[in-house]
Amino acid sequence: MCNQSVGLIQRAIEYAGITTVSLSLLREITEKIRPPRALFVPFPLGYPLGEPANAPLQLRVMRAAFALLMRNDAPVLENFV
Amino acid sequence: MAIIDDLDRAERLFIKGYPFRRFVPRSSDPASLAVTPLRKPLSACMVALVTTAGLSLPDQPPFNETMRLGDTSFRELPGDISPQLLEMHQRSWAFDHTGVLRDRNLAFPLDRLRELRDGGAIGSIAPRHYSFMGSIAAPRKLINESAPEVARRLTADCVDVVLLTPV
Repeated sequence: MCNQSVGLIQRAIEYAGITTVSLSLLREITEKIRPPRALFVPFPLGYPLGEPANAPLQLRVMRAAFALLMRNDAPVLENFV
Repeated sequence: MAIIDDLDRAERLFIKGYPFRRFVPRSSDPASLAVTPLRKPLSACMVALVTTAGLSLPDQPPFNETMRLGDTSFRELPGDISPQLLEMHQRSWAFDHTGVLRDRNLAFPLDRLRELRDGGAIGSIAPRHYSFMGSIAAPRKLINESAPEVARRLTADCVDVVLLTPV
């Protein structure tokens, strides 16, 4: 349900005039909620940035998410590779 | 990778039967379809984090884990804290808590944001960030009250970009 909550909060923030991007751990739910921009990450629930104490991986995920901020063809849902 | 079919039986059945279509974007609801283009380069943007990991400071009231339909409140987290100070209160046992307990940056990457700022990839870090407890089965109050309130506070701080993270 976390993925639905994120999408609903995200839509409210985007509506207020702020550019948003979210991570998604359950693609099937994000496809239903359709927030403006999301990066689907292939990690287990509870591990959105990848691995604890793995700063290089966490930074890679964040850079990939931030790269989607330039996209306005919502809903954007890309895979992290 | 997480897929619904791998969740435990109760969680899987709940999600399969859940009326997601009530919350899909609709043309009658402009808030559900809004798109805000980025107005300046990311290197000039102020960035905030919003997580649904149920994180809170030790001196804040913890999230209520006993509310059956979910706690829709939020906690404001200052941008100058050490993330490892945060406590996690989570109603959901659908996920493994040990990763976040070992490193809060796994869900609330404030230290990573500092590195991106120091490297010039982002402009600045917002003075306030926000945490929810994500397992909210009845999100009406979230949609109508707490999410717009957080959006209002982020706007008041002149935040340009928000990164949202589930668990």
